[in-house]
Amino acid sequence: MYRYDEFDSRLVNERVEQFRRQTIRRLNGELNEDQFKPLRLMNGLYLQLHAYMLRINVPYGTLSSRQMRQLAHLARTYDKGYGHFTTRQNIQYNWIQLKDVPDALGDLAKVEMHGIQSSGNCIRNVTSDQYAGVAREEIQDPRIYCEIIRQWSTLHPEFSFLPRKFKIAVTGCKQDRAAVKVHDIGLIIRRNNEGNEGFEVVVGGGQGRTPFVGKTIREWLNAEDLLSYLEAILRVYNMSGRRDNKYKARIKILVHQLGIEEFRNQVEKEWQRIRGSQLKLPQAEIDRINNYFAPPQYEKINDQLELLKKQKADSPAFSDWLKTNVSDHKASGYSIANISLKGPDLPPGDITADQMDAVADLADRYSFSEIRINHRQNLVFPHVLQSELIELWGELSNIGLATANIGHVSDMIACPGLDYCALANARSIPIAQEINERFQNMDKVHNIGELTINISGCMNACGHHHVGHIGILGVDKRGKEYYQFTLGGSSDEKASLGDRTGKGFPAEEAADAVETIIKTYLETRNNNERFIDTYRRVGMKPFKVALYDSP
Amino acid sequence: MPQVIIANELKNGFVVFLTEANHWSNDIDEGAIAKDVADAESLLKKAKIAEQNCEVIDPYLIEINIENGRRVPTEYREFIRAHGPSVPIPS
Repeated sequence: MYRYDEFDSRLVNERVEQFRRQTIRRLNGELNEDQFKPLRLMNGLYLQLHAYMLRINVPYGTLSSRQMRQLAHLARTYDKGYGHFTTRQNIQYNWIQLKDVPDALGDLAKVEMHGIQSSGNCIRNVTSDQYAGVAREEIQDPRIYCEIIRQWSTLHPEFSFLPRKFKIAVTGCKQDRAAVKVHDIGLIIRRNNEGNEGFEVVVGGGQGRTPFVGKTIREWLNAEDLLSYLEAILRVYNMSGRRDNKYKARIKILVHQLGIEEFRNQVEKEWQRIRGSQLKLPQAEIDRINNYFAPPQYEKINDQLELLKKQKADSPAFSDWLKTNVSDHKASGYSIANISLKGPDLPPGDITADQMDAVADLADRYSFSEIRINHRQNLVFPHVLQSELIELWGELSNIGLATANIGHVSDMIACPGLDYCALANARSIPIAQEINERFQNMDKVHNIGELTINISGCMNACGHHHVGHIGILGVDKRGKEYYQFTLGGSSDEKASLGDRTGKGFPAEEAADAVETIIKTYLETRNNNERFIDTYRRVGMKPFKVALYDSP
Repeated sequence: MPQVIIANELKNGFVVFLTEANHWSNDIDEGAIAKDVADAESLLKKAKIAEQNCEVIDPYLIEINIENGRRVPTEYREFIRAHGPSVPIPS
């Protein structure tokens, strides 16, 4: 696993001490809120509805058990004993007190973590596939390039005051688990006929109030040109992106207004000027970073199919978990185990300090001390011996983290909504919990099959509602919460934006509407056809009839 | 419609209400009630001074109903601010 070098360590520690002094000045009254706000935001500290909220980056979603224990320590010492994993591979603490923030950041720095660039109009935490480095079909581990981008973009002087925030995601697989096409820049690692590594570069994707699926600006980019090409894109955006209206300031608007051809021309022109500069990535540097992501020492062992078959027959509950929560690993005899944070008891993405500690202990025992966070607000153990899966499942059951629903109806993405967020218009968590309650019967859940439901409490779409197979958007209508539905969204390699069903439903009818949509799907699907495929085949009409009694 | 002043306390960010004694309380039922425009302006003026003194952040007036002697914000957003999340805090 990558470890921060001396430069990172000094930078983070110096930033903590700087923020400590700024906080003291604020508490002493030497700084007013207008003066202090940009300083706290640069360290990931927001002020939400009830309290300050601290957002911490988990770069490319990779955490060590040691880091997870420190996150538990923060939750217990400075917050109310829990944390919330977000859709951007970050963790948020909802109740942190300003006076404690410098100490909390100091504790985080001890495990090479921080909140720098988790807010503001800069390049944010670079996100990636939660199966990076272990997926069977992977071309290359995307974290190598995420880390190179992280180093390049950290405190980049030219890109610290962009027109708006900027999000980059990287995947190394054909199957996109990182939602790269709805990021400002999405990078898809490819290998050409000569065996060289490079990228397809996608630009201008995003959600929010004006959603777009990104467009391919370059079918092929050599790996050595990654940083110069990114710099060219950022430079064109920085020069021409709108700054007069924050709702029209993201790169997606610029790409849309210029058109991809013109945007590409401008980027290419700038790139030709700088591509031979010091930004050219030497292979030796790529190799150096690559070494940090060397796989652990796997045992040489065959796949344990017979053993698993017997265990499945003995325990239907384990069989369910295996079916939904366990994926193929590139090393024979190993599997990837997903840990759902969408159980019936806690809000989506929430985890208590005790659970964090327990997860860290289990990671030490079963996953080479490594944990991943994904954008669907779940955890992953990336390297688990197949022979130990049943033991791990038992341990997870003991701490309430063995819900067998990954990629299924109750595995909902939900933003904090109006229960916590100062921007929200409506609540997300209670709707997600009501839907979760309605789908507690695992036979029913598994019969429905692969289905994503994403809910956001406002147009900013932190809950990714545009790209949920079923998307739910909370709105305020004359002081009452209403929920609008979209169908057919997807954030994978065939990314699409959902279509609006029609008028919204009041809060008390939202879960009924979900049931109606699912019932219609079950009546309409062919054999084991997934929800998204059924929707793409039949369109909106049957769903609209079911929801509104009219097409 | 009656109003009270809501804000966040600077040192911890928690939601507070301006009281009759010109202090800040976490309990909305201790909030000083402005019955008319003059009351509201007077309370807001005091709150702005507290903001300048770095006691609180972003104080403003919210409308309330008095129900069974309790102060109940008319806007759902402010109700949630006054009483905390509508879902249990994980423990």
